[in-house]
Amino acid sequence: MVRLIRKESITRRITRHVFLSVGAFISILPFLWLITTSLKPPNTLYSAPLLFPTHFHIENYIEAFQAAPFARYSLNSFIMSAGIVLTQTLFSAFAGYAFARIKFKFSNLLFFILLGTMMISNYAIVIPNFLTVNALGWYDTFAALIIPRAASVFAIFLFRQFFLSLPKEIEDAAKIDGCGKIRIFFQIALPLSKPVIVTSALFSFLFAWNDFLWPLIVTDSPQMRTIQLGLSVFQGRYGVRWTLLSAATVLSILPSIVAFLIAQKYFIKGIAGTGLKG
Amino acid sequence: MRNLTSKSGSLTPAFFRKEQTAAFLLLFPSILILGVFNIYPAFYSIVLSFFEWNGFSPDIPFVGIENYKTLFTNGVFYNSLLVTIIYSVVVTFGSLIIGLLVAVALDRDIKGKTLYRILYFLPVVTPTVASGVVWKYLFDPTQGIINTMLSYINIQGPAWLNDSAWALFSVSIVGIWKRIGFCMIIYLAALQGVSANLYEAARIDGATEFNILKSIKIPLLSPATLFLTITGFIDSFRIFDLVYVMTNGGPVDETDVLGLMLYRNGFEYFKLGYASSIAVGIFGILLILSFVQWKFTQGGEAY
Repeated sequence: MVRLIRKESITRRITRHVFLSVGAFISILPFLWLITTSLKPPNTLYSAPLLFPTHFHIENYIEAFQAAPFARYSLNSFIMSAGIVLTQTLFSAFAGYAFARIKFKFSNLLFFILLGTMMISNYAIVIPNFLTVNALGWYDTFAALIIPRAASVFAIFLFRQFFLSLPKEIEDAAKIDGCGKIRIFFQIALPLSKPVIVTSALFSFLFAWNDFLWPLIVTDSPQMRTIQLGLSVFQGRYGVRWTLLSAATVLSILPSIVAFLIAQKYFIKGIAGTGLKG
Repeated sequence: MRNLTSKSGSLTPAFFRKEQTAAFLLLFPSILILGVFNIYPAFYSIVLSFFEWNGFSPDIPFVGIENYKTLFTNGVFYNSLLVTIIYSVVVTFGSLIIGLLVAVALDRDIKGKTLYRILYFLPVVTPTVASGVVWKYLFDPTQGIINTMLSYINIQGPAWLNDSAWALFSVSIVGIWKRIGFCMIIYLAALQGVSANLYEAARIDGATEFNILKSIKIPLLSPATLFLTITGFIDSFRIFDLVYVMTNGGPVDETDVLGLMLYRNGFEYFKLGYASSIAVGIFGILLILSFVQWKFTQGGEAY
């Protein structure tokens, strides 16, 4: 068959790249500025270079760590994120498997109710949840930061779609051996679902690490502050000391970017998939 | 081969009951958490919106629709509503249009495709607070990089966040910047479903690139556009952290979004009933918006 798709002319290809690079440059300009500033000696803040580092004044990072307990904030964020990632992924894999593989009464109805809860806006639940957390004595603890967000309908949806796409025959052998559904889940289905585990874990991690409103409401002491809260407070207090503030900002961004870069293939596929089904 | 007959497939009542137990156990953690922290609070918010309560007083008077009356006769609410709607419209459509252009430009076997995709996507995964902190500096009227760059080409930039005419727009720029990558990915995925032969056929018939974009790509992409419009509004209506960090609602109340108004009333003034009526109001508006959009596009089935 004759290949119909013609090669693009050179001018057109150049236009394409010029457009894309200008856009990409604007897109990462804040990062360039941020990294450059975080490495500058304090007295050269307003002078060039603005976008490409020529100084490497690492002391800013050390000073930022001394000015505020960023190590503690980061640790809190990591504990909270780990808790949310583990619970969301495991519980959602459970539920996704049940919806995909077990016939039970009202299974479809229940699934649609869960999908419906995705419509509930964050604001509609934040006040009652604050009261619930208080009543349970969880205010200013990790329980408040983790448990209310231990489930995710989105992740359940991802896992359900994945398990539906697995051929049933894979499980048949185990069934003949008399294995129960839960054993089949742990021994066969879960190990096969690595791609969804990665996607779901990454979504959970980014959500948790970047979260602001809920930690702001349910924590109080500096010992419980997450990094995003710490950064916002730090900004209020050290707003004029930009070299320090930018070093702190780099630290708060880094884990998100690293997580994204490690798993970006899965991540982009995961997002594209939800859009097509939406 | 053991016990194959006694189990006789999977239809015996005992086996069936076992499956039900398994389903129950697997679903229990998620259902419990979603029930307690998602479904129950949604209803509780509605109930709370008919009371006046500060969260600790034992005395919780029922006030009927008083909170709603206050809300709907309140200039602050209408200002916040308007600010939020403007922000949502600008961010949703701004990111959608730029995201579409980027996706169309990227929808080819070009060099550096993965790199471009990553660069455009980085702002999406960047924490909102950090984004706000950085952009606040970039927008600084005298020292910020934006006005510095504008001064190179002899343009005197505005005071951005400090100027009441520009503040909301400035915050919206950050919102757009954070969302372009998401729109790009969704459009790229949708474009990959369109056969390249279709474009080639159009080109042979003498269609220009612009014709192809207008008459083939945009109509074929409308399910993706609908998806991005709805998620855009839902996401932008949620805006809180960005404004909290960048302007805290100011100058005066030019960027005082609904989320900020709710936070202030709920967690600074402890007017939980009144704050709940705001929450219910936001929820209602979002439901109506989604429904109107869905109706307007016949659920995306028109295409």
